[in-house]
Amino acid sequence: MDNIIQDNVEDSEFLVNRKVFTEREILARERAEIFNKCWLFIGHETEIPELGDYKRKKVGGRNLLFIRSHDGEIRALFNTCPHRGALVARESEGNSRVFRCFYHAWSFKNDGELVGMPGMDGFPEGFNDEGTKNMKAVKRVENYRGFVFVNYDQEAVSLEEYLGNAKEYIDLVADQSEHGLEALGGVQEYSVRANWKLLAENSVDLYHGMPTHKTYFDIKQDQDPDLKKVKLEGEGVELDNGHAVIEYVAPWGRPVAQWTPIWDEDLKRDMEQMKEDLTERFGTERAERITHYNRNILIFPNLVINDIMAVTARTFYPTSPGYMEVLGYSLAPKGEKGSHRMARNDNFLEFLGPGGFATPDDNEALELCQEAYNNNEEVEWNDISKGMVRGAGNAMATDEVQMRNFWRQYNMKIQESLKKEVVQK
Amino acid sequence: MTVTTITRQEIVDFLYTEAKILDEWRLKEWAVLFTDDGTYDIPPLGEPDADPKEYLFFAHDTRSRLQERAERLLKKEAHVEYPHSTTVHNYNNILVSNLESDVITAECNFTIHRTKREVMDTFIGKHFYEIIRRDGGFAIKSKKVVLHLDSLRPHGKISLIL
Repeated sequence: MDNIIQDNVEDSEFLVNRKVFTEREILARERAEIFNKCWLFIGHETEIPELGDYKRKKVGGRNLLFIRSHDGEIRALFNTCPHRGALVARESEGNSRVFRCFYHAWSFKNDGELVGMPGMDGFPEGFNDEGTKNMKAVKRVENYRGFVFVNYDQEAVSLEEYLGNAKEYIDLVADQSEHGLEALGGVQEYSVRANWKLLAENSVDLYHGMPTHKTYFDIKQDQDPDLKKVKLEGEGVELDNGHAVIEYVAPWGRPVAQWTPIWDEDLKRDMEQMKEDLTERFGTERAERITHYNRNILIFPNLVINDIMAVTARTFYPTSPGYMEVLGYSLAPKGEKGSHRMARNDNFLEFLGPGGFATPDDNEALELCQEAYNNNEEVEWNDISKGMVRGAGNAMATDEVQMRNFWRQYNMKIQESLKKEVVQK
Repeated sequence: MTVTTITRQEIVDFLYTEAKILDEWRLKEWAVLFTDDGTYDIPPLGEPDADPKEYLFFAHDTRSRLQERAERLLKKEAHVEYPHSTTVHNYNNILVSNLESDVITAECNFTIHRTKREVMDTFIGKHFYEIIRRDGGFAIKSKKVVLHLDSLRPHGKISLIL
């Protein structure tokens, strides 16, 4: 394969080779160098609040059990029986002290320890002294402000070191409530018939906002004529390790806490109170930033935290170059008042999710890109140059610096891989 | 005084008419089928009775929102449905109850096929309706769409009205 990117600062041009969206070899290299080595989001700690709570999760191609064991620790167990391999937990979520593989009835505590099997006289004494017959756990599981990540590379740096200065932006989201955020029920499991990196780009792309989502803005402007006066002013920022963010003035209502005339007077008072509390906790400037600014955060490679008209987290994995599985979450302050929560959820559904007025159009854009990459042999490069001409540190939120940062990190990882043999699955 | 009795067949015909209106993309007419306080809900998968405060729905539309949904889909800038997909809404196993009441209830199984760009997706599940009499005909007070799917894969979206 030719170069993955062409990064020409002098001419303010940045190009991405379209073959990264279509080639199976590239996917094999992504698995080896990215999904096997980077920190990957498994879920929010509030999805499993009680001891014994569990949810099945697919993370980086593995089948995991995201579980709060009875010692209180959050674990990620590989959901496979150490005996012959069958999936142990078959329900998608629940609460259990013990899991039993139905095939030969081996039983495990919810920390993975083998506690019984039929016909023990057929096995030597000390059969499991080394613990090799326990359900295996992912060794590296770390939590940053409720966001739980796994890493399949035992040598990886700590999660905090990996997140680096992206923590500042996660903090701005997590600080919305003194009581922390919680994940709502009904995590949305959907898909896009497109390469996973297209959704990484799209989730931090403000440039497409108006042309792609005109119908959404039409509806918002009918609801609130003042909306027209607000421009999407803000900045794009390159962060450590390929993470990136755009931060900009919110043109729409934000549940924390920017009131809009579509909401009632009670909510207005509620939000003013919220802002006062935040000002007390963090001072005027930070409170202003938390309440009136949107931020679309991309944590390399595949976690997006968008604090926009509501807070959504999404993560996505390729099963082939042209297909990804997506998980979409809604996050909200714990203990939020009923009417406030309802306003938030309405705001969310109006734009976001597979039934929203905007996300399906994003999905369509990505699928049209993927379909037209049939022309890659002759038409080889994507252009991601917007804003380079403004020089370093001057990127606007509607520029593409945040995507370039993703691609530079991606390029580094894949170049590393190109020096090695990678077996294609 | 004549008391007209509503028959099951009238309700069945009303539902088939709704399906036909959707398949013919007469979406403004679809919105008109609803009462002024009509609602359209798609709760999360596996949680048909979920509370919209606690759970993330796919759609939780008031009357004005369902009209916005319908009108949006008719615009050229509703890119996901431009050009329009081709759909077939099949309703079957229709059960009608409370024919004597002010609010008639109906449920049915649905199979909805959508095809666009040579890709077909099939949505299956159950519709639950509350229906009232209006102007010699009927109007929908609520429509709840309970999808019987494990996930929205490979569909990826619910861009059409189910």
